[in-house]
Amino acid sequence: MRSARTSLPSPRFTARDTGSEAVAGIVQRPGRALLTMLGTVLGVGAFVAVLGLTATGAGQISHQFTILQDTTVTVQDNGPVNDVARPPSYPVMGFPADADAIADRIGGVVDAGVWWPVALPQGTSFTASLALSAISSQTISLLAASPGAVRAMGLTIVAGSPLTSYENNTRQHVALIAASTAAELGISPARLASGPAVFVDSIAYTVVGVYSSARRVVAGEPAVLIPADTALADFGNPQPGIGNQQEAQLVVATRIGAAQTVARQIAAAELPTDPSRLVVTSPPNPQNLQSEVSGDLASLFLVLALISLLIGAVGIANTTLVAVLERTEEIGLRRAVGARPRHIAAQFLAEAAALGTLGGLIGTSIGVGVVVISAAAKDWTAVLNPAYTLPAPLIGTIVGLLAGLYPALRAARTSPLAALRHA
Amino acid sequence: MVSPVIELRGLARTYPGPPPVAALRPADLVINAGDYVAVTGPSGSGKSTLLHLLGLLDTPSAGTYLLDGLDTSALGDRDRSALRGRRIGFVFQSFHLLPYRTALENVLLAELYNRTPRPRRMDGAVDALRGVGLGHRLDALPTTLSGGESQRVAIARALVNRPSLLLCDEPTGNLDSTNATTVMELLDQLNAAGFTILVITHDANVASHAGRTIAISDGELAERIGADHA
Repeated sequence: MRSARTSLPSPRFTARDTGSEAVAGIVQRPGRALLTMLGTVLGVGAFVAVLGLTATGAGQISHQFTILQDTTVTVQDNGPVNDVARPPSYPVMGFPADADAIADRIGGVVDAGVWWPVALPQGTSFTASLALSAISSQTISLLAASPGAVRAMGLTIVAGSPLTSYENNTRQHVALIAASTAAELGISPARLASGPAVFVDSIAYTVVGVYSSARRVVAGEPAVLIPADTALADFGNPQPGIGNQQEAQLVVATRIGAAQTVARQIAAAELPTDPSRLVVTSPPNPQNLQSEVSGDLASLFLVLALISLLIGAVGIANTTLVAVLERTEEIGLRRAVGARPRHIAAQFLAEAAALGTLGGLIGTSIGVGVVVISAAAKDWTAVLNPAYTLPAPLIGTIVGLLAGLYPALRAARTSPLAALRHA
Repeated sequence: MVSPVIELRGLARTYPGPPPVAALRPADLVINAGDYVAVTGPSGSGKSTLLHLLGLLDTPSAGTYLLDGLDTSALGDRDRSALRGRRIGFVFQSFHLLPYRTALENVLLAELYNRTPRPRRMDGAVDALRGVGLGHRLDALPTTLSGGESQRVAIARALVNRPSLLLCDEPTGNLDSTNATTVMELLDQLNAAGFTILVITHDANVASHAGRTIAISDGELAERIGADHA
C-alpha cells in the first residue's frame, strides 16, 4: 500500500492563465461584451470629454482675459510721506513731466501716460452751450490725460483725432469725448468741423475727437478727456493718495507677457528719488485665473460623469451576474478539473475588470476625439491634462472590479454538484 | 501486490433534510488499480451520491475514503481540489464541453489548474485527442461535433492528466447505439491500457463491459460476485 502523503502540490491558477481565460470569456461573446461595456464607455468618455472641454473652454476664456490683463500695468501716486499740504494746494504729483517718455524707454512698454480724474466742485455741470435751454449733465467724469495715456487707453476714435502733444504742451482747451457723452449733450460727431464745445461750468473745451470704445481706464464710463497740462493750469495738482479716487495714475500698455517685467522696473524709473511713493499694480497670474474659471463648471460635469460610471458599473455587475448564472455548468466543470473557489472568483473578477478596462480605453479614445474635434471646429487649442487623461482607462478597471465583486463571490459559492447536475 | 486505488470504510452520506435522507448507507468497497467496475441501480438509488463522494465533489457524513492510500476525509478544500485535478478524470452524461472553445481548448482546460507548465499542456492535449481518435478535429467547436465525438473529447479531457481513476457517469446516456458502442469500445481499450475505470449506469449493456458489477439499491451496495467476471 502506498503511504499517505500529507501535502499535495496545491492547485494553481496563474495570473497569465487568469488573463487569457478572461479574454477568452469576453471574445466568445463579442456582441454582449460590447453592450456590457457601453455604460463604462459612456462614463469614462464623458469624464474625459468633460474635463477636456472644460479645460479647453477655460483656456480659451482666460486666453481672452489675459491678453488684456496681461498687458496692463497701473501705477498710482500715493503722495509724499510727510504730506502737509491742505486742499486745494496739493503737492506736485509723483510723476515727472516727461513720465510718458521715461516709461516708453522701458523694454516691453507699448504706450504709457499719466491721467487723473479732475476734482470738480459739487454741482458742476457739463453743457454744449451756455444757452439756458441747453441740456446739462452732472454725471460725466472729467479726466486729465497725457497724449501717451490717451494712446494707452486704446480708444476707438469715430470722429476727429486724439489729443496731441502740441495741444498738451500749449495747454489748448480741447477735449476728446465719448460717443455716449456726445449724444447726451447733443453734439454730432459728423459736425466736428463746426467746432462744437463742451462747457465745464464756464470753461469751454473744443471737441476735437469722439471715441466709441476703450480698452483701458475709460472702458466702463462716459468721460470727457482734456490734456493733462491744460488740466494742471485750469484746476491745479491732483490730490495724491490711494483711496480718495483722485490720485494721478500712470497707465502702461505692454506687449503680451511683458507686464510683470515692466511692473518691476517702472517705479524706480519714474521716481528714482522715492520709488516707494508709487504703487504698482500688475496683472494676476494667468494660471490662477484659469483654475478659478474652470473649477465650477468642472465639478458640475464631473458629477454627471460619475453618474454615467455608476450606470456603467450596474451594467457590468448585471451582465456578469447573468453570465455566472448561465455558466454554472462551466463552473462545475472547472471545479471538477481542480479549480478552487478562489480560482473561479478570480476568473469572473478578471472578466469584469477586463470588460471595464476595455470600456475605459474605448471611452477615453472617444472622449479625446470629442475634445479634439470640438476644439478644431471652433479653431481653439485643445487642452487635455495628461494627469486626468492617461489614467482614465483605469477608472474603467476599477468600475469593472467593483462591479464584478458580487458576481464573482456568487460564482465561487456555486456548488460543483448543483452546477454539474445541469443535463 | 495490487494496490487499491479506492478503499471505502463505512462511507455514508445522509442529507440533513428535513426529513433526513440516507442517500448512501455505510459502505465498504475496495477498487484496485486496473479494475473496471460498473455501478448499476435505478434512479434515486444513490448512484450519483456515490459518484460525487468518489469524485471528491461531496463530503461524506461518516466513514473513511482512501484515494491512492490517502485519507481524503482529513483533507481541506485545497488538497481535495488538487486531487480532483490530478488523480480523477470525470466523464459526464451531457459531456460538459464549453460551447465556445475548440476541442483542443476544452482538453487544455483540464491542465489549467494542476500546475502543468504552459509549454507542456499543448502536447498533452494533442496526444489525448489523438488517443481517442480525434487528432483531425482539434480545432472543431463542440457544436460541429457529433454526440460520440463530443463524448470522446470529454474522455480525452478526463485522460489528459493520466488520472488514477476515471469516473464515468452514464457515459452513453445521451448517445445513439452506434456512438454508444464506439465510446464503450474506447473505455475497454483504456482499461486494457491500465486505466482504473468506474462507470455508473442503469444500462445492462454498458455494465456488461465491466469486470465487476456493483448493484446499488436504496443506498445499499451489493457486489455481484463472479456473474460475468472476465
